[in-house]
Amino acid sequence: MTYFLQQALNALQLGSIYALIALGYTMVYGILTMINFAHGDLFMVGAFFCFLAATVLKLPFVPTLLISMAGVALLGVTIERLAYKPLRQAPRVSAIITALGVGIFLENFTLALNPYPQHIPTLIANTTFTLGGVSISSLQIIIVVLSIALMILLDLIVRRTMVGMAMRAISWDKTVVPLMGVPLNLVISMTFAIGTSLGGAAGVMYGLAYPVIDPYMGIIIGWKAFISAVVGGIGNIRGAMIGGFILGAVEIMVAAFFPSTYRDFVAFTLLLILLIFRPYGILGKPRPQKV
Amino acid sequence: MKTLKLFSLLVVVTMIATACGGGAGGPSTVKVGVVAELTGDIPAVGASCKNASEMAVKEVNDAGGLDIGGKKYKVELFIEDNAGKADQSASAAQKLITQQNVVAIIGPNASRYAIPASEIAESSKVVLITPWSTNPKTTLDAKTNAPKKYVFRACFIDPFQGRVVAKFAMDNLKAKKAAVLYDVASDYNKGIAEFFKTTFEGAGGQVVAFETYTTNDKDFSAQLTKIKQAAPDVIFLPNYYSEVPLQVQQAHRLGINVPFIGSDSWGSDELIKLCGADCEGYYFSTHYAADNATPVAKKMIDAYKAKYGTTPDDVAALTYDAFGLLWTALKSAGKVDRQAVRDALAKIPKYEGVTGTMQFQEGSGDPIKSAVILQIKGGKFVWFANANP
Amino acid sequence: MARRWILPVLLAVGFLLSFAIPQFGLLDLYVQLIIMYVGINIILTTSLNLINGYMGEFSVGHAGFMAVGAYVASILTVSVFPSNLAAWLFPVAIVLGGVAAGLVGLVVAFPSFKTRGDYLAIVTLAFLMIVKSVIENIDAVGGPRGFLGMEKLTTLPWVFFWTVLSVWVIRNLVYSNFGRGVFSIREDEIASDLMSVNTQQVKVIAFVTSSFFAGVAGGLFAHVLQFINPRVFDIIKSTDILIMVYLGGIGSLAGSILGGTIYTVLLEVLRPLGVWRMVLMPLVLVLLMIYRPRGIMGLREFRWFVPVRDLLASQLWRQAKQKEVGDASSAS
Repeated sequence: MTYFLQQALNALQLGSIYALIALGYTMVYGILTMINFAHGDLFMVGAFFCFLAATVLKLPFVPTLLISMAGVALLGVTIERLAYKPLRQAPRVSAIITALGVGIFLENFTLALNPYPQHIPTLIANTTFTLGGVSISSLQIIIVVLSIALMILLDLIVRRTMVGMAMRAISWDKTVVPLMGVPLNLVISMTFAIGTSLGGAAGVMYGLAYPVIDPYMGIIIGWKAFISAVVGGIGNIRGAMIGGFILGAVEIMVAAFFPSTYRDFVAFTLLLILLIFRPYGILGKPRPQKV
Repeated sequence: MKTLKLFSLLVVVTMIATACGGGAGGPSTVKVGVVAELTGDIPAVGASCKNASEMAVKEVNDAGGLDIGGKKYKVELFIEDNAGKADQSASAAQKLITQQNVVAIIGPNASRYAIPASEIAESSKVVLITPWSTNPKTTLDAKTNAPKKYVFRACFIDPFQGRVVAKFAMDNLKAKKAAVLYDVASDYNKGIAEFFKTTFEGAGGQVVAFETYTTNDKDFSAQLTKIKQAAPDVIFLPNYYSEVPLQVQQAHRLGINVPFIGSDSWGSDELIKLCGADCEGYYFSTHYAADNATPVAKKMIDAYKAKYGTTPDDVAALTYDAFGLLWTALKSAGKVDRQAVRDALAKIPKYEGVTGTMQFQEGSGDPIKSAVILQIKGGKFVWFANANP
Repeated sequence: MARRWILPVLLAVGFLLSFAIPQFGLLDLYVQLIIMYVGINIILTTSLNLINGYMGEFSVGHAGFMAVGAYVASILTVSVFPSNLAAWLFPVAIVLGGVAAGLVGLVVAFPSFKTRGDYLAIVTLAFLMIVKSVIENIDAVGGPRGFLGMEKLTTLPWVFFWTVLSVWVIRNLVYSNFGRGVFSIREDEIASDLMSVNTQQVKVIAFVTSSFFAGVAGGLFAHVLQFINPRVFDIIKSTDILIMVYLGGIGSLAGSILGGTIYTVLLEVLRPLGVWRMVLMPLVLVLLMIYRPRGIMGLREFRWFVPVRDLLASQLWRQAKQKEVGDASSAS
């Protein structure tokens, strides 16, 4: 029983990290239907900003988090203006390939500056509690709480604010929205700023939970965020969170109860089966198409 | 029609550009090539290799050059990136051989990149010395299992190292039950893990958990919880120094308190930087001990530290030794000729390198070398024991 | 129209050259190797273009089909065929590798009936990861240590042959009635279903053909590198192929040829930049995407690939359009 509980807790922590990453990802994905493949690499940049802020500027946790989020948001908006804006009228795949290119650029630029893995100093005291044979660390609790808090915050922004309303309008029809007097560029920039800053925050939390960072750490994370967002239902914020938790749970539980060499095989087969039974993701709704 | 013209122009231009490689070396230069993983999945390895290569070449050139057959030759170094891809390893090696006309190639480091490059070197009859590839297959012909003639390595091989660690665990740590956590997607990790298991079980021990993860995973809690359940006496982590700290820290958080042991992939100062106090007291096998250094080793370590600011890791030390072997071979060959270099290299009696004394086995590209067991004590690597073949 | 005989002549010359070059050493081994890589990449690009470009899906699992073909072909030439006949049976091994990959493509085609767009992307991604994980766990083929022992059976003539064959087959497929079905699925799947296009059959044929040639490319690749391991066929390889397709131009065979060639050659030519090569490459890609979002060739096609009937049709259409504009302007 303790074994199962411990694994369940492990799943909760991993899931909350994937959920956090998927959150930022789905903002851009849901509102602009653009697969921002650079999100994983912006996440990596966030972790490196955290490293720089913590080691060079020697700042404590909260300023480091804010600086990293702000830095990544700035970078995200710049990338949007330079690389994605010219492609707004182009076919969707062009923007996706551009995002891929931006991502590869970020990875290799960081690598060219520093190929060595770096260590993030402990900014949050990480104490371990043991309850009845099961270990929980304070950092795990913080990450889970933070993910859920950010999800609620994001949900509020999207559903209760004017900006959020503009964002939802854009996701329905991009061409009509400017005609209604909504500053399209501003809202899109804000979307990117919020989405990428969440990615940066995820990078910081990830860096604190797994303190070794390297320039290529964002690649597989980016793909996992994509999987989480799709499995949860494209464009659905809650879906993205659920998708993240599901992905984390599947990975941990499969390794816990099957030989761990089969983990990827079983995990992806389960994901496939899920998509076969729910082809629009868990919370996704098929968009009616006019023929 | 316009696109056709553009296209054919492009093709012609690139063919001319690539065909204009270097000619044979100038009257007194000898050309050496390096294929390193500068970008891709293991850039830290490539960076160390590049640093050591440049240092080795600069040392020789600053001293006036290599004395080959009575004439002084300056060394010209060509470093190619394989971008962490097997096909680029092959094309980089081929380019160095046919376009830059190098007399020998050092690298690549990881076995999965060294093997394709070694095929090119072997078929072109050019010496290739890999500093760090430990897969036994790198120096063996895949069809006949006979040793390749032109491929050499500067390090020991996985079967040897797996045996060394297993014996150490049994004899020194008195472990009866061992657990292993390794990367299933990586040839090095899996190879050593399996050789460890075979030796450990063959000597009467029991491997109670043989868990895996995939490269780039950062969360090992599921596998570690499983290992905790199996209650081993010692846990073997034949993984890279960037992964081990996470594994050890997560294990501690789960309440696992048995000793951890490792292999030469732990052999970088970065491990201590990344792991800190969590890794205190653990052992691992590697190629050389910085604190128990011979004068030759000490000289290199000090020079590297002065130039690059850190103690050389095992990749750097082995690369430096690979170059040292090459210099010795060139000098005794007496001429800048690929075949002569190969013959001289195979016949080197005893070479005193940074990573120990080595000598190539009869007709093989694998050196006879000892390993050392180091312990992490007081935030430093401390020599513990030698392990001889 | 008048010079359509140039293409077959060029092909014949190319074929002869592919024998002459290695025989007489007209180009050095390095350039020959790069040409072989270019050929293999062209096969990969054109086959992926069928799914991603012509059919408008987003498949990211192409490296998985390549892996299947590579492993099957390698196992055949190393362990199954008697070694003295390996060189003669090489085309058989390649074809069987392609068939195996095609069968896997068949399996992937079925989820594509229900799922579309990005959901299908996840399905193809899942297949890629599953294939990779399965290979890693089969110790008999070496697992992560890789599979060795292949002889260098891939030669310039073989690469030339298979490249030309794949482009020819896909070109004929695309300009056939079946090909119309592929286009219509891209434009509007539901409408084409209503117009009695058998979308399921079209998807199956497209996926199987595409994965067959990916498997062929994999087999050729394995026998030029003489060593394969699961890591070679990971998501990064898939994204490389994706980049080549979109770089050259979706829905254009000439674009695929161009994309495959330029990407491979550019990577090699930029070698002197060392680490910065991989920083410049994506920058070039991004700039290219911004200025030519549909790829270099876009949707345009090489005149010689398009069948005469289509060219005539588009010419007549253009004439009619001009006449219409002329009538309208003279009437007003």
